[in-house]
Amino acid sequence: MLKLHNANVGSVVTVKDLTSTGLLRERMLALGLTKGAQVEVVRRGPSGDPTVFNIRGAMIALRNEEASMITIS
Amino acid sequence: MGLTYQSTKATALKDTFQIKKNPGQYVIALAGNPNTGKSTVFNSLTGLRQHTGNWPGKTVVNARGEFSYNDDEFILVDLPGTYSLFSSSVEEEVARDFICFGNTDAVIVVVDATCLERNLNLVYQLMELTDKLVLCINLIDEAKSKKIEIDAKGLESELGIPVVLCAARSDIGISDLKAALYQVATGIIKPSTNVVYYEGPIEALLTKLNPILMKYAKNINPRWLALRIIDGDEKLIESIKDYITDEDLDNIEIILEENKLAYDKQALRDSIASTIYNKVEHVTKTYVKNSSKKVNRDRLIDNYITSKVFGIPLMLLTLALILWITISGANYPSSLLAKFFFGIEGKITIFFNYIQAPDWVHGVLVLGLYRTLVWVISVMLPPMAIFFPLFTILEDLGYLPRVAFNMDHLFKKACAHGKQCLTMCMGFGCNAAGIISCRIIDSPRERLIAILTNNFVPCNGRFPTLIAISTVFLVSRGKYGILPVLSVTGLVVIGIAITLLVSYLLSKTILKGIPSTFTLELPPYRIPRIGQVLYRSIIDRTIFVLWRAIIIAAPAGVITWIFGNIYIRDLGIIGHVAGFLNPAARLIGLDGFILMAFILGLPANEIVLPILLMSYLSTGSMIEFESIDSLRRILLDNGWTYLTALNTMLFCLLHWPCATSLLTIKKETASIKWTLLAALIPTGVAIIVCSITTLIFKLFGWG
Ligand SMILES: Nc1nc2c(ncn2[C@@H]2O[C@H](COP(=O)(O)OP(=O)(O)OP(=O)(O)O)[C@@H](O)[C@H]2O)c(=O)[nH]1
Ligand SMILES: [Mg+2]
Repeated sequence: MLKLHNANVGSVVTVKDLTSTGLLRERMLALGLTKGAQVEVVRRGPSGDPTVFNIRGAMIALRNEEASMITIS
Repeated sequence: MGLTYQSTKATALKDTFQIKKNPGQYVIALAGNPNTGKSTVFNSLTGLRQHTGNWPGKTVVNARGEFSYNDDEFILVDLPGTYSLFSSSVEEEVARDFICFGNTDAVIVVVDATCLERNLNLVYQLMELTDKLVLCINLIDEAKSKKIEIDAKGLESELGIPVVLCAARSDIGISDLKAALYQVATGIIKPSTNVVYYEGPIEALLTKLNPILMKYAKNINPRWLALRIIDGDEKLIESIKDYITDEDLDNIEIILEENKLAYDKQALRDSIASTIYNKVEHVTKTYVKNSSKKVNRDRLIDNYITSKVFGIPLMLLTLALILWITISGANYPSSLLAKFFFGIEGKITIFFNYIQAPDWVHGVLVLGLYRTLVWVISVMLPPMAIFFPLFTILEDLGYLPRVAFNMDHLFKKACAHGKQCLTMCMGFGCNAAGIISCRIIDSPRERLIAILTNNFVPCNGRFPTLIAISTVFLVSRGKYGILPVLSVTGLVVIGIAITLLVSYLLSKTILKGIPSTFTLELPPYRIPRIGQVLYRSIIDRTIFVLWRAIIIAAPAGVITWIFGNIYIRDLGIIGHVAGFLNPAARLIGLDGFILMAFILGLPANEIVLPILLMSYLSTGSMIEFESIDSLRRILLDNGWTYLTALNTMLFCLLHWPCATSLLTIKKETASIKWTLLAALIPTGVAIIVCSITTLIFKLFGWG
């Protein structure tokens, strides 16, 4: 299964599902990480983590731990 | 950044759900995603100066303001930014509860015109909750330059609420906003919101619950309430229970039992969120035209600012540059102010002699009160009045979230929250402000870590001390070179390193845990309106320092002088105390007077250096210090070495928080235990670090 933290910088991926629960899942949904949402991988931080994603027009940085809870296709 | 004495006094929103209002007064809430310009709209409507900043999470304390329109008065409440009404942080809960349970007459929802898709999600959620809604699409100036076109009329009929296009920073659209708000709040217009419809089974259940909840329609929207009952938002249901009769609660229970949905709670929330976002996607496609060219200025800038190679060096360079401007810029006004005020001192002394005032009156008023005031104003004020606006410019540019982004991996290693970095940035201005800003950290564990370590960032009250001492010891007479800049920058880096270390140790001991989640939004770069920033924040700082000078420095000066001049045997009380502290102070490379000054400086760090000088002067030789240069002589005369200078600076950087900070910590943590620890940990660290340097100096025979 492909996870968001493995996606290459520059690629645009589609959210398939979230494996997070509770508040984090709620936060992700609020940011627009719903099924079928398009996410662009914009850049990685100085040490490769966190990564900036373009989520519905906003630049959002997520740590690898969080990004790995988003399955993509 | 930026805490004025006003914002420390503001009470948490939780206590003020019900706002007192008279007939003809309306309570209006300002809601919206973080960093969409709510505070700017607030300022534009009310003419107040609530702090704004280009990063999400700037406002954590609610602000209130008033304005009138057509003879009616409007009480405006600026809420913290929130991404959704399903609270995942304290601020979001505060915002939501205020809209749900406060007595608001209307809500202005401020959205970012350049990011409508994400913003409309919240709008749709709000539309379920209330129909007294005005949509303020802010930042249309930015949207224009990004070639984004918004069909406001189309949106208005699609959503069913008044839509106003604004550029709040230049007051564009604000009068339209007032007009729309007036009509909605007074009921001249009754918006009929076109809410989202969910999947079939959910809607069916909503219909069944509707008759029961209609009874409460006056207080709370029945559809929204039904939705929350279905998706089982426990905290909310708990607070709703007080409003609903037991009989109705039982009936609801029965309906829920009989009509079990095929989804579990999580799937239900997913479905609801997806439905809203699908709708929003469709709406933005229809009413927003985006014809921007592909090249994105922000991304080009970020290629450098957040790059592997340049990111961190650029950060240090920026800090050093700010310090360099501060140090070299403060020098001239400082000596000018000192000359001026000490010139006046001579005249005052002549006057006192003329009226034959007793010596002690002259001592208390001139040598105690006046001199301390003069010291605070001439030595402490200029660096603050320069550093603070420069930092505010960085804040407005949108640089701070990038710093947090660059530094995040270090905070992650320390098992701390990435946003701790933002709270540290606020600490540069004032640690109390930094501590309050820790509210942007959702996880209680990491929030505590951030609170306990905020003090390792030198605040505006301590910078001048660091600058003064490093200037005195690292500069050849009258020339202000690069060495003091480097040393103060170095001290800041030490402070950051110790923050990380202590955070790590706390995470491994009393605040065990793994780093929690981290989502940080990077706002677009914005060009600050430099003139205005400079003007406002210089005034702001000046008033702040003058105010503190009056309430803290003046009394401290009087007390110090009195203690220095009440003699027991042949030594002033201060001399005795310093003598008593001296052996301990020597162990950490200070002397008794320095340690005492830090202790007496508890109310405010600005007064440490003035107290120290006065104590030295009250016992030793009496020098007129009409220029900053004489500071060097006073210190050298009292046996200062490089070690004393270094350790005084380190102690200043690391020692216990000032009284204001401690009180703030008490308020924010509601715990004596954590407040005590917040005092003990830095004290311990300061003692350890200074002992080590002392030992090293002794070993090498430098001291
Ligand atoms: N160009 C432009 N910038 C604006 C406008 N309105 C606000 N800004 C800038 O946007 C940034 C955010 O503004 P704030 O008013 O602090 O935003 P906020 O919504 O209160 O943010 P939080 O309190 O963090 O939720 C600041 O740098 C403002 O100067 C506008 O109409 N045009
Ligand atoms: Mg704000």
